This record gives sequence, structure tokens and C-alpha cells, in this order.
Amino acid sequence: MYDVIIIGAGVSGCACARELARYRLNICVLEKEEDVCCGTSKANSAIIHAGFDAEAGSLMAELNVRGNYLMDQLSRDLDIPFRRIGSLVICRSEAELPGLQALLDRGRENGVPDLSILSRDEVKAMEPNITDDIYAALYAPTGGIICPFELNIALAENAFTNGVEFRFNTKVLNIEHKKDFYELETSDGVYEARYIVNAAGVYADVFHNMVSRNRINITPRRGDYCLLDKSAGAHVSHTIFSLPDKLGKGILVTPTVHGNLLLGPTAIDIEDRDGVNTTADGLSQVLEKAGRNVKDLPLRQVITSFAGLRAHEDGHEFIIEEVKDAEGFIDCAGIESPGLTSCPAIGERVAQILTEKIHPEEKPDFCGTRECIAKPSDLTREEYQRLICEHPAYGNVICRCETITEGEILDAIHRPLGARSLDGVKRRTRAGMGRCQSGFCSPRVMEILSRELNVSMADITKSGGNSRIIMGTSKDSL
Amino acid sequence: MNKINLICIQCPMGCPLTVTIDEGIVTNVCGNTCKRGEIYARKEVTDPTRIVTSTVRVTGGDTPVVSVKTRTDIPKGKIFDCMRALKDVSVSAPVHIGDVVVSDIAETGVDMIATKNAL
Amino acid sequence: MISYDIVIIGGGPAGLAAAVSARQNGVRSILILERDKELGGILNQCIHNGFGLHTFHEELTGPEYAARFIDQTEKLKIEYKLNTMVLDISPEKTVTAMNRADGLFEIQAKAVILAMGCRERSRGALNIPGYRPAGIFSAGTAQRLVNMEGYLPGRTVVILGSGDIGLIMARRMTLEGAEVKVVAELMPYSGGLNRNIVQCLDDYDIPLKLSHTVIDIKGRERVEGVTIAEVDKNGKTIPGTEEDYPCDTLLLSVGLIPENELSRQMGIKISPITSGPEVNESLETSVEGVFACGNVLHVHDLVDFVSQEAATAGKRAAEYVRSSSEKRNTRGSGASDGYPVPVKAKGGVRYTVPMSITPSRMEEKQTVRFRVGNIYKNCYVSVYLNEYRIQHRKRQILAPGEMEEVSLNREQLLQYPDLKEITVKIEEA
Repeated sequence: MYDVIIIGAGVSGCACARELARYRLNICVLEKEEDVCCGTSKANSAIIHAGFDAEAGSLMAELNVRGNYLMDQLSRDLDIPFRRIGSLVICRSEAELPGLQALLDRGRENGVPDLSILSRDEVKAMEPNITDDIYAALYAPTGGIICPFELNIALAENAFTNGVEFRFNTKVLNIEHKKDFYELETSDGVYEARYIVNAAGVYADVFHNMVSRNRINITPRRGDYCLLDKSAGAHVSHTIFSLPDKLGKGILVTPTVHGNLLLGPTAIDIEDRDGVNTTADGLSQVLEKAGRNVKDLPLRQVITSFAGLRAHEDGHEFIIEEVKDAEGFIDCAGIESPGLTSCPAIGERVAQILTEKIHPEEKPDFCGTRECIAKPSDLTREEYQRLICEHPAYGNVICRCETITEGEILDAIHRPLGARSLDGVKRRTRAGMGRCQSGFCSPRVMEILSRELNVSMADITKSGGNSRIIMGTSKDSL
Repeated sequence: MNKINLICIQCPMGCPLTVTIDEGIVTNVCGNTCKRGEIYARKEVTDPTRIVTSTVRVTGGDTPVVSVKTRTDIPKGKIFDCMRALKDVSVSAPVHIGDVVVSDIAETGVDMIATKNAL
Repeated sequence: MISYDIVIIGGGPAGLAAAVSARQNGVRSILILERDKELGGILNQCIHNGFGLHTFHEELTGPEYAARFIDQTEKLKIEYKLNTMVLDISPEKTVTAMNRADGLFEIQAKAVILAMGCRERSRGALNIPGYRPAGIFSAGTAQRLVNMEGYLPGRTVVILGSGDIGLIMARRMTLEGAEVKVVAELMPYSGGLNRNIVQCLDDYDIPLKLSHTVIDIKGRERVEGVTIAEVDKNGKTIPGTEEDYPCDTLLLSVGLIPENELSRQMGIKISPITSGPEVNESLETSVEGVFACGNVLHVHDLVDFVSQEAATAGKRAAEYVRSSSEKRNTRGSGASDGYPVPVKAKGGVRYTVPMSITPSRMEEKQTVRFRVGNIYKNCYVSVYLNEYRIQHRKRQILAPGEMEEVSLNREQLLQYPDLKEITVKIEEA
């Protein structure tokens, strides 16, 4: 019997886990995939929103602004890259100006600092590649960019080293409310806990509806993205938004913390909760619309495209509360954009709800900091030389596009909640994320995984489950 | 009488060749623009041969497999016999380029030889 | 800091041939830096035959071809470092590299020869929609897994792109026990050699669908199938032509890109057409004393031409080293040295290598290699000096997949008064 079971190891679940790890509680995170950060958290805009979008007075607005504020400290504690590059909402005619003004007013009401409306010339000076049609822009200097993988992984690692258990490949099939606890039937047997945190992303309504008569409904809203090579990363230096419309914030153009350029997302409501396939229409929409706000986009530099699902709840609001007819069951549902930004505040909020119920003792030995995988690129020459001397694997480059060494990959595999698959290594080290998209390094990373985890090459997967890379040996069917 | 259509591979031109065979004897080649096309067509319809390349397993070496080839071309119809004959072949390192890995592979009279060193 | 006369980046066919040539032209101090664990580059995984007809007048496999040059490299006692990654080259030719044993180190070179080869275009570059499961490989990655490690990456295979690697892998996978269902090619013609279409596809009854592409990839964990459709002249899918192919593997053979990250970092001018450095008659890049050859310069289809080109680069680098040690009083930027004349690619010629020639510095015979942008039948390859046509050679066929060349004569160029440009073009009959 656990005190708390968290369903889902995305950013929300892991932020909750880390906050709850401050207390003397038995906590377990159940994740249906083989790793953390496999759903909505891995495929989004990687943006830390300033907070002017959400309805004033909404929980979304409150947690967005709070999450944005917390991100400086959190990124330092977790040793992950975060840059406040500022964002611009582009308005292309005088007729759109009231819309921009409304965003400014809303942002101020939400408590977003330092917002201003800039003239065409001011924006042009900041962003030479902005469209010539620009009329004005809303500037939010607190907008930022982050690596969602590193944020999610760091939150999980830090929760784990503070005592939270993680169970991967464990899919929750049914939840039953017993007298004063919950019984979870999973693909890996039965789990029991007094309290449940439902952080299941696009599946959160499914679990909510297992325990409550007040049904909620979440629609997977798919967004297609295109990622451009680092040679295009400096095309803009801020996150460039369109004025929002009914379906969301439109197609943005932004640099990423690792120096790529990201375009997207589209917004298409679908039924399939695993429907992360891109479509020809979606991708051409991304390329076309991104070009409306930013000119001369080097579209030949696209290195990959992907799709993510936002967990869009009918009321377009975060639902973070104890379910009224299911005591001890805490929803963390409807976490769509700005969910990534809000995650530190979501963790705080869930921890507050639970501690008010449980009154747990604080752990004096809680350690909220974590060190990232040593990145040779961050070291001075002397430091790097010393590192290779001590660990020669840091002198062996495996991913040549991103210059990722064997040392980093070994760290990714052997650190807490280490990588088990090619994607696991990729999200922790960036090996395979460059312009050749793992063509060169994947056989080498497979060999390292096989050797370090002592499993055969045939059992190395791209991302767990049936995603094996090798189907057999040559001539085995002759 | 029998007509066979081929694409000539002697140059990028890729002439469409038509070969007429009468009782096993080539009586006519047309469609070619040069002499090389005709020579190719005659050989290809009467005695098509290929060099086969593959790999065999190596034990005790610096590499799991070593590449091999038939020393000369073998009849096209023997290609898969040759592959099957290689299926369970394993050699011990060291292997040097030119070493015979399987002699008289699939009764073709041709040896399979290593094309790379495995030390 | 250690110093060498010539540092060669890459120990594949280009780097090896350049090294051998530089040594034969009198340079003793040469170092090859190779990132893999052995010399030979991509040839090590190209175990099929067909290499070396021009160079050795026999049909070798890739590893055998490489071995010929590796043997020469060893015999000539040319130094090399394996497992060594070059991280940076400064415009002053300080090479920063790294390996397990030496850590980070710097080497000062008098001349640098870039021979880093190329990489394959990935799915992303094509924007193929669908899921992103396991089972999508570039043809070269599959080639490595099959030919060097003995694995079978898939059992039922669809191949997109009819470049030579894709065709070769269609045969390799078939021989090793996989079923190759189809090769789809976006263009109305194959990018591969005819010989490969016949011997790799026709021999095994593998259909080649021209003007077709993959428009969807199915399967969440492992590939379960792809949808192929016909495309019109503009590359747009023609509705109603979609066909589903159940398969567990998609191989991509959709083009090669010269690997010029190091060149870009050091400020070398890169041609937008070849994606390789712009070079002059000496295969020297826009940075003096830095030469380029092989697939880093422009993508070749025959390794024999890589070796020839690399031998030129090695020779020219050797001359550069010699002249710079003679304080550059024989060569250099003196007025008597002439001036570079641009080589223009026109009328169906996509590019030329070299892109400029200083007649006084060229060899007696200068090879200019080029590619055409379409299939041309019964046409002429013409060379002009300014407006004056000096060559007009009938060709039955020219295809984008086959590299072409013309040869220029130094005397003829030197004699031409007021030479402003050299043009290579295709002319209709």
C-alpha cells in the first residue's frame, strides 16, 4: 500500500512527484511507457509562456504566471537549460490592434510583468526577419524557452533520488475506490494507494471517469511541428506568435534552447489518444503559416517533423482538485498549453491539496538539486582534458552531428532512471537529434546499450514495447 | 522462336534490347546502338552470370562478420544456392583478403573468398 | 603544438588517395585523422562488387578497393590516427581533434585536405508524414547493420528512392532473406546506375515505381506499412493512386549531402548547389591552403573518380606546401600569376567542379566534372571560352545519376585573349 500513486510520468506527474518527495510519504509513479516524458510532454512547443493568453482569473492564468516565475530557480536547481528570450505576438494591421491591446490588458491583469506594445520599427530592429507586413507586436520579455525532455527527466530523477518509486511499462487498466484506499489493476498486477494523483494527460478523463459520476471529457488536439537544423536556429531570436484565434495560439516560430528552429503547431481535434502521426496537410500548414510572420524561412533545413497531442478539456481549464465524489483522488487534468510552463506550480498545487489532507512530516534530508549529464561543450578546455583523462569515454564521439560522446551516453544509461532505449538516450543526451537524425550513431548507441544493459542487440528498442530495431540475423530465414 | 527483352547495362544509355532465340541459339539482337550491347545480350540470354557478395560469421576476430565474394561470376540461377550454402559458415580469425572461405560453393566450381581482413 | 605539413580530415577513399598522392609528390609530413576504428570509410560497408574498373581495371568489392589504398598508405608509412574526431579547424589551419587516448589536442597544419565524405538525407528532410516508429532506416544505416554486423534490420521492406545505395540494399536484403516489395522513386527517372537497376532489382523481380513516393507511414512501435502514391510533374500526390504496402521496414535512399560542418565553421565558401566548398583548379577552397576532394566536395557515383580527384588535391596540396616553404616566391598572388576565370554551368549543367580556373596555374589537362539536371538524349556537351565554342561533343545520353566530365587544355586557355568566363553547357542537336 502506497500513500500516493501518481498516474503518468509526464511533466505534471513528475513535478507532483518531486514536490511530494519533500515529505515522508510512500510514493509511486505508474507509467505505461518505458520511460518518462513519452506523451504530451515530449512533443510540444518547448515554450515557457509569459502568461497573457489565459482568461483572467482562471487557474490556467494563475499557474502559468506562477510557473513562469518559478522556472528560474527550478532550472538552476535541476541544472537544465532555460532562457528568457522574450516573446512577440505579431499584429499585421491596425484592425488587429484591439486584439493585441486586449492581450496586453489581460496579461497585466494576470500579473505578467513588463509587457509592452512595440511599433513596427521597434520590432524590426529586434527581429530583422519578421514579416514586412508587421504593424505592431506585444512584447513579453519573460517569455522563455526550455528543453521539455530535460525538464521532465530532471524532475523525475530528482523525485527518484528523494525516494519516489517509478514503475514503467505499467498501464493502469482499472481503478476501484475501496473503503479508504484505491485499488489499481495494471498490466503489472495490482497496486494500492490511499491517494491517487491523476496526471494521465490525454487519458486523464478515462481515469477520472472510473471513479466519478461527474464525467469530464478530454479531446486529443493534435499539433504537427517541423524542426529545423541548427544552421537555421538564429533566424529569429524571440518566440514569434500570431494573434490567437479560437483554436489556440496559432503557428509559432521559435528558437530552441539547443539552437534549432521550431515551427508549429497545427490544431486538429482527433479521437485517437495515441494518434501522434503527422499528416501531409498538417505539415504543409505549418510551413505555410510559419512563413506569414517570419520571412525567408530556410525550409530546406527541416530535419524532422513530429506531432504532439494537447489534452484539451471541454472547459479549456486546468482541473487540479480533489474529485468531489472520490475522496483522495486528485485530478491533474486538462493540462494543455501552458502546461509545460505551469508544471512547477501544478506540483505545488497538488502537494498543497494533499498535505492539507495528510499532514505529512517534512523530510529533513530532501535534496532539491540535481546535476545534469556533464556536457563537454560547457567545460573549459582544461576541464574537458581532465574529464577525458579520468574517463576516456568522453573522448569518443558517438553522435557526430551533436558531438555527443560515449561518456555522456554511459551517464545517461547509468544515472537514476537511466535510459533503456535509443529514444531514452536521445532525450537525455541529444545523440541522434541532429541533422542526420541518428543515421550514423544509432548502430553505435545500440551497441553501447546492449553492452551496458547486458541485453542482446535484437532486444534493443527505439522506445520500448515492440519497437525493436533489428528483426533477425542475416540468412536466418534461408 | 523466342524473343527476350533486356535493358543493356553497358552504358547509361540503357538501350532496350530484343534478343531472338531459335532452339537455344541467338539468331538476332536488335535495339542496341553499339557492338557492346550485342555482346552483352548474347551472354545475358545464353549464360547469365553474376558475382555474389555476402558475409560470413567470424569467431575470435575484431569483427562479427567478414565480407566474401565468389572469386569469379557464377550462374545466375545458383545465387540462392550459394547464399544457403553460406548460411551456417563460420570462420576463425585471422582471415585475410583472398582467403578461401568455402571452396566450390554450391557446386559451381567457384570458391568463395574473403574480401576483407578480420584479425 | 604538434605540426604537420598536410593534415587530411577523413581516412576514406578520398583521404587515402590524397595522402598517397601528397607523399608521392614529395611531402613527408602527413597525418590522416579518421573518426572510425579503421581506415577505408564507407567502402568498408560497400561489400558489393563493381569498384575499381577505371583505377585497377578489375572489379573489386568496396573493402578490397579500400585495402589497395590502405596498403599503399602503410607502405609509404603515412601516419594516421583512428577513432579521432576533428572538432574544429581554424582559418589559420590549427586543427582541434579528440580521441580517447590523447584527449583534446591541437595540430598545426601548413595545408589541410578536407575529405570528410557525405551523409544521407533523412526522413525529416522529405517531410514524409505518418508515425515515427522503429523500422525506418537510411539505406546506409541498414547497409552497416547487414554488412558489418550481420543483422537483418527488417523482413518485409519498402525502399523509397532509387539512388545506388537503395538499389544495392534491395539486392543485399533480398539475398540475406528479406522480401523487398517495391522501390518507389519520386522522380520520373532513377537516380541510380542502369546496371544496378538490372542487377539489383530486375534480377530479383523487385518492381521500381517511378514518379511514386511514400505519403504515409503506419505503425506506432514498429513500421506496419506504408502508403505509396503516384505524383504529378510537380511532385504532388495524384489522388486515387494510393496503394498500401504492409511491411516492417522502410529504407530511405533519397540523396546524399556533403558533410561540411567543419568547412562552414572555418568560413569556407559553400556552393548552394553542390553543398560542397567552391574550389579552384587546384581543388583549393576559398581559404588558402585548404583543399577538398571526394564526396565532401560533391557527391560522386564512382569511387574511381573520387580517387582521381583526391590524387589531384594531394598533389596540389603538396605543391602548396612546397611553395609556401619557398616563401611563395614562385606562386602566390603576384600579377604574373594570372587571375581566376569563373567556370559557368549553363543550359542543363547543374554545376561544375572546379568553379574557377586560373589558366596559368592549371595542369596541362584539367578535368572539369559536372552533373546535368535532367535526362538529355542526342545532345552536345559544349565548352565556351567567352562566346567562342571550343568543344562540341555529341552524346547519346546524359543522366543526372551519372557524373560527366570535360577536359580543358592549358595552352588553349592561355592563348585565349581576355578570357572572362568558361562555360559548360548542354546544347540540343
